[in-house]
Amino acid sequence: MKHLKRLSIALTVAALMAGCSTGVKLDDQAPVEDRSAATNAGANTGNTAQSGVAGVNLGQSDRDGGGPVGVSRTIYFDFDSYAIKSEYQSVLDAHARFIKAAPGRKVMLEGHTDDRGGREYNLALGQKRAEAVRRSLGLLGVSDGQMEAISYGKEKPAVQGGSEDARAQNRRVELSYR
Amino acid sequence: MTTDRSIPSPAAAPLLPLRRQVLAAILSLPAIPALAQFRVEVTGVGLTQLPIALAPFRGEAQSPQRISAIVQADLERSGQFRGIDAAGAALDEVSRPDMAQWRQKSADSLVTGSITRLADGRYDIRFRLWDVVRAQDLGGQSFVVSQGDLRLVAHRIADFVYEKLTGERGVFSTRIAYVTKAGGRYSLWVADADGENAQAALSSPEPIISPAWAPNGTQLAYVSFESRKPVVYVHDVASGRRRLIANFRGSNSAPAWSPDGRQLAVTLTRDGSSQLYTIDANGGEPRRLMQSSGIDTEPVFSGDGRTIYFVSDRGGAPQIYKVGASGGNAERVTFSGNYNISPSVSPDGRWLAYISRVGGAFKLHVMDLGTGAMNAITDTTADENPSFAPNSRLIVYAAQQQGREALMTATLDGKIKARLAGQGGDIREPDWGPYQKQ
Repeated sequence: MKHLKRLSIALTVAALMAGCSTGVKLDDQAPVEDRSAATNAGANTGNTAQSGVAGVNLGQSDRDGGGPVGVSRTIYFDFDSYAIKSEYQSVLDAHARFIKAAPGRKVMLEGHTDDRGGREYNLALGQKRAEAVRRSLGLLGVSDGQMEAISYGKEKPAVQGGSEDARAQNRRVELSYR
Repeated sequence: MTTDRSIPSPAAAPLLPLRRQVLAAILSLPAIPALAQFRVEVTGVGLTQLPIALAPFRGEAQSPQRISAIVQADLERSGQFRGIDAAGAALDEVSRPDMAQWRQKSADSLVTGSITRLADGRYDIRFRLWDVVRAQDLGGQSFVVSQGDLRLVAHRIADFVYEKLTGERGVFSTRIAYVTKAGGRYSLWVADADGENAQAALSSPEPIISPAWAPNGTQLAYVSFESRKPVVYVHDVASGRRRLIANFRGSNSAPAWSPDGRQLAVTLTRDGSSQLYTIDANGGEPRRLMQSSGIDTEPVFSGDGRTIYFVSDRGGAPQIYKVGASGGNAERVTFSGNYNISPSVSPDGRWLAYISRVGGAFKLHVMDLGTGAMNAITDTTADENPSFAPNSRLIVYAAQQQGREALMTATLDGKIKARLAGQGGDIREPDWGPYQKQ
């Protein structure tokens, strides 16, 4: 299993959250004294803004490959469907044999949807597709410990665009070995 | 409208025509900084807008931010104010304005002020609000801040004006979070409520979705795919410190804070299909809220914390339901249409905003929870992810505009919309933060 490489870099100095921009009532008789409370409220000098945000920058995560040689790693679904079409049975058979051949192998089943609808709801729909593949592999004898069903929803389309063809290529589960 | 008697009126300061001309010449110089990332476009017209004049603040032409312009844009975006031209006025917070002149311009209110750079590099900003009709001083404030907080001060001034004149608390000094996708990178931003002053909290090569502000306004929960599966983090925006909240087997998504900030509702698939759980904000073992056969997701707490609204396809198609915050029997809330998702409850508990599919278009709807009456309030067709302002008067949402994803704000009746027009990629997943501590 590969590990995620993460570069966490704090890009800016942590902001001081002291309430230095608190409004003070204007009082013409003693304007300077009136705002002394704000002046003394914290070390808010120079460019340290109280609304500061410290950014975190993540690097590229590892890509994968693997899987049985010469076998597709993608299973496509019909619109609004979560059923695996019979044409993919031989693909799933080949993956099941490959996974069972080495107990250390692990496959991620990544569900995807087309671009229509909400992001979170599509995440749940993609999960439904991934779960369908998980159940199929389970019936072929793959142990639960060697596979995990997750979803990307509509966040990672294989093909950009809203054409019917693009949508058909995006409704899928990808088998990803890590 | 009451006058704050504790604030004495300023000494009379007669306006000098010569000084006015000089100031007008200075003010004609371009003063908007080039880093402005968003633009406000008010596209609707309300019926009962208060006419208000924002005189240029003395000294603002030389300052990094045009305070009066920011205040005016804030007030206009609320839908409740109409800006009156005040170009060339040479006034500040100690001036006594000629009320007849402003009445003639049909202004009901007038804001005057000044901005001065101090020797230590900070800025001193002062302002005063006038009731033009009654010729009354409605009070003023002063602020001393660093340059980075000048916009915040402008928003605080807008909040003061809004509250004095409408009797309700303003939301201009609050913050919004949103996500951009540009050049294959995803960034989570924290910006002022007008979309400006955006600062990146997280940048990642993998998707980020569903940011949600903690009730204290210092932390964001969100879903990050950085480990190549959806995982829920809580992120302290001032320090950049992050912690994992939900990283269970399967997908972890849709975080929503309880109003007391002690727990989050999340969607987990660790037991198979997408189901709702609550989890302690400091982490720990999740508690399953319900057992349902299909998909349950997109939980959101009501303002009183007693109810969780969510989306479920238990009836065959996605609809919005509600359930007690500790579980129990769910009750269906939406009945019209066969695709209703992304609920957001107004903090005052009166309104439900959500996305409904109507003839293939995804449109923002607002439901009166008291009567069940609902309205589509947009003319766009791919609306997403509504989120209420803390005063329950505005909604921010994502929409497709000229083929790009953009953020919009709308009044609940849809009459006033403003586009927070961004540059550099698709802008999505807005979440409106709570009132900031003063």
